[in-house]
Amino acid sequence: MADVLERVTKIIVDRLGVEESQVTLESSFKEDLGADSLDVVELVMELEDEFDMEISDEEAEKIVTVGDAVNYIQSRLS
Amino acid sequence: MEGKVAIVTGASRGIGREIALHLARLGAKVAVNYAGSETKANEVVAQIVEHGGEAFAVQADVANSEAVERMVKEVLERWGRIDILVNNAGITRDNLLMRMKEEEWDAVINTNLKGVFLCTKAVTRPMMKQRYGRIVNVASIVGVSGNPGQANYVAAKAGVIGLTKTAAKELASRNITVNAVAPGFITTDMTDQLSEDVRQAMLQQIPLARFGNPQDIAHVVAFLVSDGASYMTGQTIHVDGGMVM
Repeated sequence: MADVLERVTKIIVDRLGVEESQVTLESSFKEDLGADSLDVVELVMELEDEFDMEISDEEAEKIVTVGDAVNYIQSRLS
Repeated sequence: MEGKVAIVTGASRGIGREIALHLARLGAKVAVNYAGSETKANEVVAQIVEHGGEAFAVQADVANSEAVERMVKEVLERWGRIDILVNNAGITRDNLLMRMKEEEWDAVINTNLKGVFLCTKAVTRPMMKQRYGRIVNVASIVGVSGNPGQANYVAAKAGVIGLTKTAAKELASRNITVNAVAPGFITTDMTDQLSEDVRQAMLQQIPLARFGNPQDIAHVVAFLVSDGASYMTGQTIHVDGGMVM
């Protein structure tokens, strides 16, 4: 879990230019981290590359918070 | 355009063929897409290679999402990037509105409109990552003016113009431009099917008093994908001898 969160956080920090301290499991990409719709699409693309998995459009639409992303990736990796 | 990677759909014949040849002449590597005309597509590839260019033929029905994704994957595996997409593939099934069969409507909408959506969607991912992309959609002047006997074709082409504007707005922040060309009467297999009466009637409406040729379109497409056009997006350029102003 910690490892996934760490890797996800790094991508978010790089992509959205936010401080690491702003990124918590509860943070919403759009509400708290200033992402627009296209940023979220790009984040999902980067997560797919980072974790070597395909995330369907249906699943991607459910990813609203950092926790959603981490949980989803975690469930796919286990 | 040296080293840029381009996909041109419907590139085995007509306008698409000329666009593929012209982009290759300017140094682009070209994926020559075709749906059914394998021999003709291979001829285009051979001609490009003969002149020292790089190209390969790739089969895909643009109306089929799986085929489109496979095509994009193949190009990425071969060349590692996609800089240019020219959505050119198109068909006609002309008929008066009252006589038009549902199949004729669907076939044209699927290839000419849905095909543009599917191909654009498929290349968006690599282009977003690259922070670079040039998409040109081949619409038609009748998509602006309307044309009796072509309700399906006109609806699809008008749809392409709307899609061009929306894609341009969505993708601009990622340095992807999306423009359209709207050819007028261009001499190709498609227009050769028209009757002499119709051809003469159309000629009367063209201020430059001649039919266009595929090169007229290819040059404008080449401009739209060049660095010279980097401040243009969402536009539809009429290349029609002045028919519709």
